[in-house]
Amino acid sequence: MSSLLQYTLRIADSSLILGQRMSEWCAKGPTLEEDIALSNIALDLFGQANGFYEYAAELDGEKSADDLAFLRNEREFFNHQIVELENGHFGDTIVRNFLHDGFNFLFYTELAKSKDETLAALAAKSIKEVKYHLRHTSNWLIRLGDGTEESNPKVQTSLNNIWQFTGELFEMDEIDNELLSAGIAVDNASIKSEWDNIVNKTLKKAKLSRPEDGYMATGGKKGMHTEHLGFLLAEMQFLQRAHPNAKW
Amino acid sequence: MNETIFQKRIDAEKKIEPKDWMPDGYRKHLIRQISQHAHSEVIGMQPEGNWISRAPTLRAKMILLAKVQDEAGHGLYLYSACETLGISREELIQQLHDEKAKYSSIFNYPTLSWADMGAIGWLVDGAAIVNQVSLQRTSYGPYSRGMIKICKEESFHQRQGYEIMAQMASGTAKQKEMAQDALNRFWWPSIMMFGPHDADSPRTGNAIKWKIKRQTNDELRQSFIDKTVEQAEVIGLEIPDPDLKWNEERGHYDFGEMDWEEFWNVVNGNGPCNKQRLAHHKKAHDDGAWVRDAAKAHAKKPKIAATN
Repeated sequence: MSSLLQYTLRIADSSLILGQRMSEWCAKGPTLEEDIALSNIALDLFGQANGFYEYAAELDGEKSADDLAFLRNEREFFNHQIVELENGHFGDTIVRNFLHDGFNFLFYTELAKSKDETLAALAAKSIKEVKYHLRHTSNWLIRLGDGTEESNPKVQTSLNNIWQFTGELFEMDEIDNELLSAGIAVDNASIKSEWDNIVNKTLKKAKLSRPEDGYMATGGKKGMHTEHLGFLLAEMQFLQRAHPNAKW
Repeated sequence: MNETIFQKRIDAEKKIEPKDWMPDGYRKHLIRQISQHAHSEVIGMQPEGNWISRAPTLRAKMILLAKVQDEAGHGLYLYSACETLGISREELIQQLHDEKAKYSSIFNYPTLSWADMGAIGWLVDGAAIVNQVSLQRTSYGPYSRGMIKICKEESFHQRQGYEIMAQMASGTAKQKEMAQDALNRFWWPSIMMFGPHDADSPRTGNAIKWKIKRQTNDELRQSFIDKTVEQAEVIGLEIPDPDLKWNEERGHYDFGEMDWEEFWNVVNGNGPCNKQRLAHHKKAHDDGAWVRDAAKAHAKKPKIAATN
C-alpha cells in the first residue's frame, strides 16, 4: 500500500468511525433539537469519509469506496483510537468529540494547504463542517461544565477518562514524515500548541481542569485498536459480508 | 353566535389561525391529531434508526440518516404547530409517556431486514403522503402549512424507499426474497395506517364538517392502494392479498378485509414493539434529564461568549 493511500485511509477511517458512533445517537438525544444536531454531525462525517474513500479507491485502483469501508478488518483500519470509543453518556460523547474536533479543525486547516490537490480540496470542504462541530461541542462542554453540581463532576470524569487518547493525535510516524517532506501531509506535532490553546480556553470557561498527561494510548494509525472497534465493524459490515455479490 | 361565524369561515375555506375563536371540540380534536402526528414522526425514528449502523453502503447510510433527521425536524415542526393551540411540548411528551396520546400504529412493527427500509419508505411514507396531501387543505392554518412543508421531504423519502425495494427486487435471489418478505410484513400494517372503516371511526365526529379532515379513512385508503398496486407490479413484487383485483365498474382495486383484531391490539398497546418503542423514548428522555438541567442552569448564568 502506498504511503499516500494509507494516509488518505487514516483520515477517511477516523471520519467513518466517528460518524458511526454519532449515528448511534439517533433517537437517543436529550432533546429533539440535539438529536437533529447529532445526526447532522454524523451525516457530515459520513460525507467526509465518503470523499476521502473515493480518493483512496482511486489511489488503490481496484477497490471501491464501499469495499474499503465494508470489507477491511479491524487490523486494516487506521483511525485514531479516540473516535472508536463508545458513546457513553452525553458528556462522554461531547468530551470525546470536542477533543477530536479541535484537532480536526487545525488538521484540516493545514491539510487545505497540501500540495496534493485532492486532499487540499477535500480538507477545504471539511473545514466548514468541522468548525460547526467544534462550536457545538465547545458550547456543550461549557454548558455541562458550568451547569449544575451534577453535570460538572460528571463531565470532568469523562475528560479524565478520555484524555489518554489525545496523545496519538499529534504523533508523527514514517508515513507522516515522508509525506510531510513532500509537502503533502500535515505536521501534527506543530498544531499541538494551538490545540492546547483551544482546549485550555474552553476548559477554563467550562470550569473544568485539564488532566495531567499520563499514559497515552497509541496504535490506531497502524491498525492497533481498542477492543471496541471489532464490535463496531461487525455491526457495520454485516450485510456486505453476508451478501458478497449483492448490489444495494 | 361565535359558532355560526366560525362555521361560515370554515365553509368559505378560510383558514383558522391561532388567535381566532374556535369551538373547544375543534381545539381538542386538533391537539389530539397534531400531537399524534408529531409523536409518530418522533417514534417513527426508531424502526429506521435501528438500521443506520448496519446500512450496507456509504450512500445508503447517508440517505437513511438524512431521512431520520428529517423526521426529527417534522416532529419539531408539528410540536410547534400544536403549541399554537395552547399546550406545551413538555405536556405533549408527558401525555405520550402516560399513554394518553397515541402515535401511528405502524411504528409498533419491528424492522427485521434491510429491505424493511425500502418497505417503510415506499409503503409507510407513501401512505403518510396520501394522508398529508389531503391535510394540506385542512382548515387550521398552522397545521395546513406544516403539511405543505413536510410533504415535499416526504415524497423524496418515498422515492428513496421505492428505489431500495426496486434494487433488491432485481438483485440476488436472497435480496428478492428479503424484499418480498418486507412487503408481506408491511402491507397490511400500512393499509391500517388510514384507521378504521368510516363506519367504525368514532373520533371522526365533526372533523369533516370542520374540514380538519378533507377525505374519509376509506377514501384515502383506496387511493393509496390504487397507486401502490401498480408500483409493486413494476418491480415484480406480489401484494400479499388474494382478494386484490381490479374492479372495472368502480375504477378501483377491490381488496381483502384487514385484520381488525390485530389493528385494535396494536392501537391499544399490544403490538410487537409498543412497549419497546415507549420504553426507548422514556429512557432517552430520562437519560437526558441531567443534560437539559445543565443547559437550563447554564443559561441562567451571566453570559460569556462561547469559544470557537
